Amino acid sequence: MSDHLILSVDHLTMRFGGIVAVNDLSFAAARGQITALIGPNGAGKTTVFNCITGFYKPTSGAIRLKQRGASDIALEQLNDFRIAKLAKVARTFQNIRLFPGMTVLENLMVAQHNALMRASGLTFLGLIGAPSWRAAEKRAIDLAIFWLKRINLFDRADDAAGNLPYGDQRRLEIARAMCTEPALLCLDEPAAGLNARESAALSELLLSIRADQGTSILLIEHDMSVVMEISDHVVVMDYGVKIAEGSPQRVRDDPKVIAAYLGADEKEAISVMESGE
Amino acid sequence: MTTISSDHVKASPKSDIAFILKKAFISAAVALVLFSLMIGVRTEAGPTGQLIYWTRFDDLAAIVAAVFGGSILVEAARRWLGPIGPGTLVPASVQGVVAQSGRFLAPALLVFTLLVPVIFYNQRYILDLGILVLTYVMLGWGLNVVVGLAGLLDLGYVAFYAVGAYSYALLATSFDLSFWVCLPLAGLLAACWGVMLGFPVLRLRGDYLAIVTLAFGEIIRLVILNWQSLTGGPNGISSIPRPTLFGIPLTNDDDGLAALLGIEYSPTHRIVFLFYVILGLALLTNWVTIRLRRLPIGRAWEALREDEIACRALGINTTTTKLTAFATGAMFGGFAGAFFATRQGFISPESFTFQESALVLAIVVLGGMGSQLGVAIAALCMIGGFELFRGLDQYRMLVLGMAMVLLMIWRPRGIIGHRAPTVYLKKAEAISSDLVKEGHG
Repeated sequence: MSDHLILSVDHLTMRFGGIVAVNDLSFAAARGQITALIGPNGAGKTTVFNCITGFYKPTSGAIRLKQRGASDIALEQLNDFRIAKLAKVARTFQNIRLFPGMTVLENLMVAQHNALMRASGLTFLGLIGAPSWRAAEKRAIDLAIFWLKRINLFDRADDAAGNLPYGDQRRLEIARAMCTEPALLCLDEPAAGLNARESAALSELLLSIRADQGTSILLIEHDMSVVMEISDHVVVMDYGVKIAEGSPQRVRDDPKVIAAYLGADEKEAISVMESGE
Repeated sequence: MTTISSDHVKASPKSDIAFILKKAFISAAVALVLFSLMIGVRTEAGPTGQLIYWTRFDDLAAIVAAVFGGSILVEAARRWLGPIGPGTLVPASVQGVVAQSGRFLAPALLVFTLLVPVIFYNQRYILDLGILVLTYVMLGWGLNVVVGLAGLLDLGYVAFYAVGAYSYALLATSFDLSFWVCLPLAGLLAACWGVMLGFPVLRLRGDYLAIVTLAFGEIIRLVILNWQSLTGGPNGISSIPRPTLFGIPLTNDDDGLAALLGIEYSPTHRIVFLFYVILGLALLTNWVTIRLRRLPIGRAWEALREDEIACRALGINTTTTKLTAFATGAMFGGFAGAFFATRQGFISPESFTFQESALVLAIVVLGGMGSQLGVAIAALCMIGGFELFRGLDQYRMLVLGMAMVLLMIWRPRGIIGHRAPTVYLKKAEAISSDLVKEGHG
């Protein structure tokens, strides 16, 4: 049962003072699949993300990262950087958070910090230029080159990340997250601000990450063409609660979902849909 | 496009002249108000102690007229030559040459520094000044790790300088340890204090961090001042042993270096020796910093300056990263402090005031945060330049202040504002200072 799941969120509640951003939310993400979390603005999607990645401490509830052949990791008890380091959960941000003054290649090297830190013998082996450190650095650069080629940014490796066009910055942020070699990749609106062609390229990239690296992906997205095309499973939230769940087709036809998006009440939405058909 | 913009510029020369005159009148009025008391009226104590004054309205009129004329000139130049900056004042060909020679500037400076004791062997004043400049270069490079790379604004750097100096002075005078044994110990102790300062301020950023580090610097100074039994309080510690060349003292004794080499003793030997010691220490600081930048820890420091939240999302432990930055910077400060103690032979709390912290920070900011060469040049200008203007007497501070203001107008991110990448595939291209963040503490 548990082996095919990567993440299970149980009765997650997050309160900010009197505001309940997420209320008793439960869902699961399957291993090696793309799970989308959708909902209207202010539904609490990013709050869920921040709870999973440790940037918020949930008020109550459990978030478990399931490992193959090892015990589960309780994410709600870990700090943000320990989640990335130990549980191997990587994330991107709604508003891009690259290191703008560092080159594209350096961004990808920083992502491999923990592996390189070990290889450099906590800096001391690196300081004397030990051969083992040089080999590790070479491997890290090779991994960065691999991802640069995947996102078609190899030619701009030595440019400052802040100088890249918006769409390239989005893809670089995904590549940077992938350089941490995550088990679960959490993407917060990766298609925001992209044009139709760039969105299609993004869908292709995410599908290839799932196929080649076998990385499980959890995704928040507003661009329905991307969600419908690549998701295996969709969870719909509104006002901090889950209102629907299932395959993209099922969710798309769910009257509650349509009502949430159109802002109409349920009966009205059903009548609108029926009259449309 | 071009026709519209050129039309716009040349639209009405009349309104241009009106604008320039208006601006000049405002500047002159401001100057009149400012200088009416400062220059217009001169007061002095009379022979019997009463206040006498006389007016200097002619001087005042000259100054106001100069401001009026200067304002017209500057504004006219700005209107018809475009924005004034090094880009427009210096022709492109000269800039190209400067950029080319910039590559050789660092090696040239290093060779020159190595030769200073040879060239100026008989000029004790220059050698002393050289030692002072190199001490500040080293302090600047040490603080650069904290402020320039990690982006943590530290206003209390002098605390580590003091810890290093007192560590060496106390260890050497109480336990009779030699300079070369005490030096690493002083660095280690300063690094410990760096971690101690680091812990409480981990959660603070920006202005708040600056204030707490400022307070930390003062605490260290006040403790030294008041802990009479250990530090001697305001009397300081005197007769601190001079450094030896691997156990050989540089004195006029029979077992001194001069006697061993069979040459005539000269006090300059010790000065030259001290010069090379501080040069070696400074170069060690530089080498370690350059190496660290290319290691994961150095990249994590710079990433921390760029975006702390992104660092945490990538699994970087920001706590230890900040602490290592504080500890590394403090260690170099400690080394410099130990050197200071052995050079002076006497230390007291007066040498470790906030002014020192401010001076070192100014060197780092003027040089360009994160730039090793920039910091060295800034230290040379700040310390050396200050001495250079000694002939100007009371105008010395004025000239230095003016130079700093002009520098900040033309190069707001320091002498060398761009950032060199730490790793590259094809070509290392300097990253414009517009993109590089300054850090938020």
